Amino acid sequence: MKEKKLKYTLISVASIAAFLSVWYLVTDVFHIFPSSTFPSPVKVAQAFIRKLTVKTPDGGTLATHLAASLKVALYGYLLGIGIGVPLGILMGWFRKVDLIVKPIFDLVRPIPPVGWIPLMILWLGIGMRAKATVIFVSAVTPSIINAYTGIKQTNSVHIWVARTFGAKSLETLIKVGIPSALPMIFAGLKVSLGASWMALVAAEMLASTEGLGYMIQMNRMVGKADNIMVGMITIGLVGAMLTWILEKLENKLVKGGRTK
Amino acid sequence: MSKVEVNHLTKSFGKLKVLDDISFQVEDGDFLCIVGPTGCGKTTFLNSLVKLYDVDCGEILINGEAVDLNKHSIAYIMQEYSTMSWLTVRENVQFGMKIRKFSKKKIKEKTQEVLRMVGMEKFADYYPGQLSASMLQRVSIARAFAVEPDLLLMDEPYGQLDLELRFKLEDELIRIWQETKTTIIFITHNIEEAVYMSRRIMVLTNKPTKVKEDFENPLPLPRNVTEESFVEMRNRVTNLIKWW
Repeated sequence: MKEKKLKYTLISVASIAAFLSVWYLVTDVFHIFPSSTFPSPVKVAQAFIRKLTVKTPDGGTLATHLAASLKVALYGYLLGIGIGVPLGILMGWFRKVDLIVKPIFDLVRPIPPVGWIPLMILWLGIGMRAKATVIFVSAVTPSIINAYTGIKQTNSVHIWVARTFGAKSLETLIKVGIPSALPMIFAGLKVSLGASWMALVAAEMLASTEGLGYMIQMNRMVGKADNIMVGMITIGLVGAMLTWILEKLENKLVKGGRTK
Repeated sequence: MSKVEVNHLTKSFGKLKVLDDISFQVEDGDFLCIVGPTGCGKTTFLNSLVKLYDVDCGEILINGEAVDLNKHSIAYIMQEYSTMSWLTVRENVQFGMKIRKFSKKKIKEKTQEVLRMVGMEKFADYYPGQLSASMLQRVSIARAFAVEPDLLLMDEPYGQLDLELRFKLEDELIRIWQETKTTIIFITHNIEEAVYMSRRIMVLTNKPTKVKEDFENPLPLPRNVTEESFVEMRNRVTNLIKWW
């Protein structure tokens, strides 16, 4: 088992190393692309270290931009899933809630989160509230859909078992509906996280004074491709890290799998 | 007073009439086996009894009152896998006891007892995904017995078990029934099983299902499947089910 794990880790490391090598070869060795528009991994690493302390040209260090982005993202994301998951559960379990909420939800759902940005700027300006609202819209939709679907997929035999033991509707929801829907709910949380992170960068590019999206946009204006890549890689790394945290939480909370 | 009283029970799915005016009584502490052709509506009957299905007309009374799952202690072992994948074997067994608000001490004691009864004590911390089909059914059986029901409904519970375990659990069920005098309604398509365990046998017709015959099984316990009287009883039930 340990050997297998080590083997998989080595494969992952090798694939990253291969990617970096190809990148290095096409830039620093063969100079296929100009370094001003396609910097080598070495240059990007140097820019990364520089951006830890230097504020130019975007007015902030990497840490300040990252903190600004994380703050907005988590604020909007937690609000989105905090409302989305319970609402999806209630819609899936109680028919009346479904009948009331679903028509409005179906109408709002197709609007892409970035489509809300102009209206949010108009209503809330370009501050934290506008961006958090866009993130909220991104996070709430997948969490509602997955929680709703997870609850709807509850095995009727399990519901029957609880009912024949005398469980009321709410007790059945807590003891059967929610635990059986947990894998779907977590899948929704991961989709919401990805959508939030993407919407955040889009929102910061359009209307912001700080954050990773803003940093990328500012460096585009001054042609600093290495700093753009630093911003992009940071977005990727933080996104992967947040997903990893969610997966750890999922492994802790989702028991037994869904095999039988 | 009858323990279970079924009066003029009728149930249809759309235009298909499944149960047609079924009436019978099960006395307190009786062991009734219901047999009938495959697909005749035996499971529909049990599901209607525990109000999982709404019936078209008729009534089901327990001790003279309409069935109330909060008031009447009923356990139902279903044909399908009904163990919950997110709970361990131990937690599955405790599921009904927790809903019925058993004390912590009783839950612990009863869990040990029923797990031992079905031979699953070594697997208490396993999840259903790690168990075989027969083990899953043993967990369901343990969960039902754990709540000490007044009425136990069993829908072909041993259909998926291997022969050895099946014989063991049949004897175990007879022992528990004799000890606890729990009223049991046991559905099976296995005629030998019905004759081996029951005190009464009810034979159903094909759809729309009616009661074809309902009679006592006078053979003394424990029964021997090779005895002449046993074979005669088995042939009698077989001839009742035959429609060809």
